[in-house]
Amino acid sequence: MSANGDSKIEQDDRKLGHLSVDRAGKIYDPAGIHVVALEECSLEIPAGDFIAVVGPSGCGKSTLLNILAGFDNLTSGQVMMDGEPLSTVGSPPTPGPDRVVVFQNGALFPWKTVLENVAYGLVVQKKRSMEEAHEEAMDLLSRIGNLDRISDSYPTQLSSGMQRRVEILRALINNPRILLLDEPFRAMDTVSKTTMHEHLLNIYDRFRKTVFFITHDLDEAIFLADTVVVMTTRPGTIKLRLNIDLPRPRTRDLLTSQRFIELKQQAVTAVHEEAKKAFERGERELA
Amino acid sequence: MNESWHDGLDDEVSMKSNRTGFKRWSQLKWRGVASVVSFFVLWHLLVVAEVAGFAELPTPVETLATFLAEYLTDSAYWHSWLISFQRVVIGFLIAQILGIPLGLVFGTSEKFRNLFFPVFELLRPIPPLAWVPISILFWPTNESSIVFITFIGAFFVIVINVYDGVGRIQNEHIWLARSLGASKMDVFRRIMLPSVIPSIAVGMTLGIAITWNVVIAAEMIASDSGLGRMTWEGYVSSTPEVVLIGMISIGLAGYLSTITVDWIERKMMPWKENR
Repeated sequence: MSANGDSKIEQDDRKLGHLSVDRAGKIYDPAGIHVVALEECSLEIPAGDFIAVVGPSGCGKSTLLNILAGFDNLTSGQVMMDGEPLSTVGSPPTPGPDRVVVFQNGALFPWKTVLENVAYGLVVQKKRSMEEAHEEAMDLLSRIGNLDRISDSYPTQLSSGMQRRVEILRALINNPRILLLDEPFRAMDTVSKTTMHEHLLNIYDRFRKTVFFITHDLDEAIFLADTVVVMTTRPGTIKLRLNIDLPRPRTRDLLTSQRFIELKQQAVTAVHEEAKKAFERGERELA
Repeated sequence: MNESWHDGLDDEVSMKSNRTGFKRWSQLKWRGVASVVSFFVLWHLLVVAEVAGFAELPTPVETLATFLAEYLTDSAYWHSWLISFQRVVIGFLIAQILGIPLGLVFGTSEKFRNLFFPVFELLRPIPPLAWVPISILFWPTNESSIVFITFIGAFFVIVINVYDGVGRIQNEHIWLARSLGASKMDVFRRIMLPSVIPSIAVGMTLGIAITWNVVIAAEMIASDSGLGRMTWEGYVSSTPEVVLIGMISIGLAGYLSTITVDWIERKMMPWKENR
């Protein structure tokens, strides 16, 4: 790994990406029915941390992610990023290339090739000319697992795993402070998933961006993250914050280690309690 | 860097092999020829056997003989082709030019939709042919009224498909574009427009079929030219060969139009390979 090769994305901003969620609350009020999605939710995410969020369906994980991404606003509390307000009550939601989302169903633009998809951010922000953007995208694609071989393919020609990898690069090329991953591997089978974990860890080890990763899969959460956060059922708040002290780089054999199992036990209990509450309430999932 | 990453890359990039593509095509061709040939053989046999209803009809051989002797080199016949095609193309194009923007506005502006969609929905179920009388009264020439009716045939279909397409745009795409720094105008031009292209294509496919339906019927009712008129005159003058030549011509014309529209659609959507 050469220092100059990974220049633009890696070097600067190493210490950026510190998130501070302070008593965040979100109340939806469709047709006068109060739904408290988030309540008094506080969370510190140090710059460069990999944080995985688990919790029952409809616990407000995605609401929190949407607030961080700037797709939604909050109704109480505030979110700060690197000491500056990112979302406050009353401010309109503002998305930005410093925090790009990878969605669970994938959202590559089907009418653009892999190269055009990855270059899109640079082009649309008018940071680079089309050629420079394509050059830079090609460079990133070739450095991350020789993906330049598929640069002219359209997304529908690729497997969902490959699509997800391209999507992560599309976010990464903007040199974001945070990567927001919304259950990116949910629809994938276990075997492909393990490969995706390797790819993601590889990217994480290389670029050390803050990662906010939502998942239902506890093994995945513990295997990937520095911190696993368990959220309560609605109204969503933080139930448990679990420090994952497994060494990096993470390897497969950790999955069966004593420490992994201990950590999992702690998390399982917390998740199960909340899942049970959510189940007994029997409500339909809130998106 | 871990080299095992690259394993399976070739499997993941799906590429249609030329070999199987060719095989499939030649199979299609073979079956297609068989299908068309047996249609004409069956027709011939039914006429020869004087099955009820077929007794009055000419055989395909007789029809072909008439065609070769009287129509192939007849400029009036080819003029019928030209005039019908002209009506279809003009009506179809105006429908696209007006219908696509209207569908987009219906899809994006709630105010506009609330104001005008009810009227649109009242007019939409009226069959194009029901527009014939008012169209003849309204438009100064017969030609313009036929083109107008053709336009009506394609217009409602394209509008409703584009409108529907706007509703199907994935929110994630819009959100992502905004995340990546796209302005509202960028989102419209680079996300919404390409997103509705597949719906425009559906509207075009349906529209071209309807315009042929409509133009033929309109020509029979209200015109003195075109393939529809020619077919009708064959009936009036009790020459079933002419009726059949007219029908087959219409079938071929429609088929040609469909192929052309399909080709245009493929050019519009290079990302949809396997269709």
